[in-house]
Amino acid sequence: MTSTPVVGTRRPTRRRAHRTAVAWLFLTPFALVFLLYTAVPTVAALGFSLTDLRGTDLRHPLAVDFTGLDNFVRLLQDESFLRDILNTALFVAVGVPLTMVIGFALAVVLNSGIRRLRGTFRMLFFAPVVTNVVAVALIWQYAFNANGTVNKVLGVVGLAGPNWLDDPNLAMPVVILLGVWRNFGIAMVLFLAGLQAIPDDVYEAASLDGAGRWRQLRHITLPLLLPTTLMVSVLLTVFYLQVFDEPYLLTNGGPLGSTESVALYTYHQFGAGEFGMSSAASFVMLVLVALVSLVQFRLLRSRV
Amino acid sequence: MTAVAALKSAETVTDRVAPRRRSVTGPLLYGALVLCALLTMLPFLWVISGSLRSLDEIRSDPGAWIPQHVTFDNFLRLFRTEGFGQFMVNSVVVAVMVVAGNIVAASAAGYALAKLDFAGKRLAFGAVMAAMMVPFTAVFVTQFVITVDLGLADTLTGIALPGVAMPLSVFIMRQYAMSIPDELLEAARIDGAGEFRIFFRIFLPLAGPAVATITIMSFLASWNNFIWPLIVAQSMSSYTLPVGLAATSQAAAHVTDYGLMLAGAIVVMLPVLLLFLFLQRYFVQGISGTGMR
Repeated sequence: MTSTPVVGTRRPTRRRAHRTAVAWLFLTPFALVFLLYTAVPTVAALGFSLTDLRGTDLRHPLAVDFTGLDNFVRLLQDESFLRDILNTALFVAVGVPLTMVIGFALAVVLNSGIRRLRGTFRMLFFAPVVTNVVAVALIWQYAFNANGTVNKVLGVVGLAGPNWLDDPNLAMPVVILLGVWRNFGIAMVLFLAGLQAIPDDVYEAASLDGAGRWRQLRHITLPLLLPTTLMVSVLLTVFYLQVFDEPYLLTNGGPLGSTESVALYTYHQFGAGEFGMSSAASFVMLVLVALVSLVQFRLLRSRV
Repeated sequence: MTAVAALKSAETVTDRVAPRRRSVTGPLLYGALVLCALLTMLPFLWVISGSLRSLDEIRSDPGAWIPQHVTFDNFLRLFRTEGFGQFMVNSVVVAVMVVAGNIVAASAAGYALAKLDFAGKRLAFGAVMAAMMVPFTAVFVTQFVITVDLGLADTLTGIALPGVAMPLSVFIMRQYAMSIPDELLEAARIDGAGEFRIFFRIFLPLAGPAVATITIMSFLASWNNFIWPLIVAQSMSSYTLPVGLAATSQAAAHVTDYGLMLAGAIVVMLPVLLLFLFLQRYFVQGISGTGMR
């Protein structure tokens, strides 16, 4: 993409300097916001995590004690933080595969047997992705109430439903369910894009050789879709690692912290004025996400 | 103009129909799909039915499905609720700022990254990619400090500002700009047109689909954004709809005015769902375009 026209340029360096200036002018609006709201905050967060900011006026954060790794030590000793890491890991471990399986199955079905109404189905399955989470969480809260819709349905079968979101063992599944419901449409669309990139004749050759649907799925679709699968899993892992909206809105981390995620921990520490702890926890998050993203980068690069 | 036509058709190719293959077990698949679609749609259907029921009806039988008497009373009460009109105006104002900012920042940056050769290009693109990966929860504390320092806490500008230049938009715009043939711009350069002229006269008119995608994606991000407005907005006068709705519902949790909440949920969801209904191709493209290649 280096389109360097050498046509009649006497002073290439000067011309290049000019072009660089023009290009950076184009980049200025984005660069300003990037510096102000990504670069500086990231560096500052690192600095914050090494200081004791309890009860500090954040407008003058430079006047505070530098405490080294104290916050991180406190983090490791904080049982609720360790619990939140486990909660988040659970969210990822259950949410990612579940979201992918549903998304993949729907993509395969929409891509094969279905010709009519495909667009409609795709749209319906994608609708949760664009829906406002606050609105949906309200519905969820209401549906999983002690005498909400879910328990009404269970009642029909003769089961007495619990108060889902007040039960430390049941709240998390409901929170995960909301996450999966919101995100499987993304997985579906990405898988669909991957499926459509597989050339038709591969399947035709296979079916001429007598391979049935299952064998085609196992020996053609799945291997050829591997890059997409990896990509979707990394994407969802990054999403779910940062889960905040669902637990905040449904349970605010409760009952008994059973649904508190790392992101929510960060928020709660922030709310409690523990800015140093909050920043330290968010730095842990940053490292986790960066690691997963690195994997993604490598995967992407190996594909090109 | 042929270039425009070529781009248009190239654009439809990305959304092409899947390869034709023999369809088997049709009815079974359709049945399964309809079932899945129904399950997916349940929350929507339920919130619609709930919002149309009277408060007494909801209280007496919260789990019921079919409204016995359809009423718009919840919506009327909602619009009379203090602050609600303000939340709506705030959401719209923030969304307009975010969308406008994204169009300006992303089309310029995307064009430069795709079509200009300059010192620091790799660095700039690396920054865009890195910005996409910084988790929000890792920076919101310091973002908040900066917002306070700028005197923008509890203002709509403060809510909108971090979102006015989304790296995702830059990325989408760059990918699109890459697909525009260099020859087109080169010809203009030889004719003596400056970069700004080329950008405004040649690139932007061609970038319609990308601008549409960015508009939709950034509107969506802004309209649905919850955690940042939750942090920045400190008084009701700067609440956006989601924050207002969450606050109202938390305040009302013990009063259980579910009718009001369900109507609120509809009003928050409706603009996006309508937009999505008409422009779903762009939504889907935006998502699949960012994940893939």
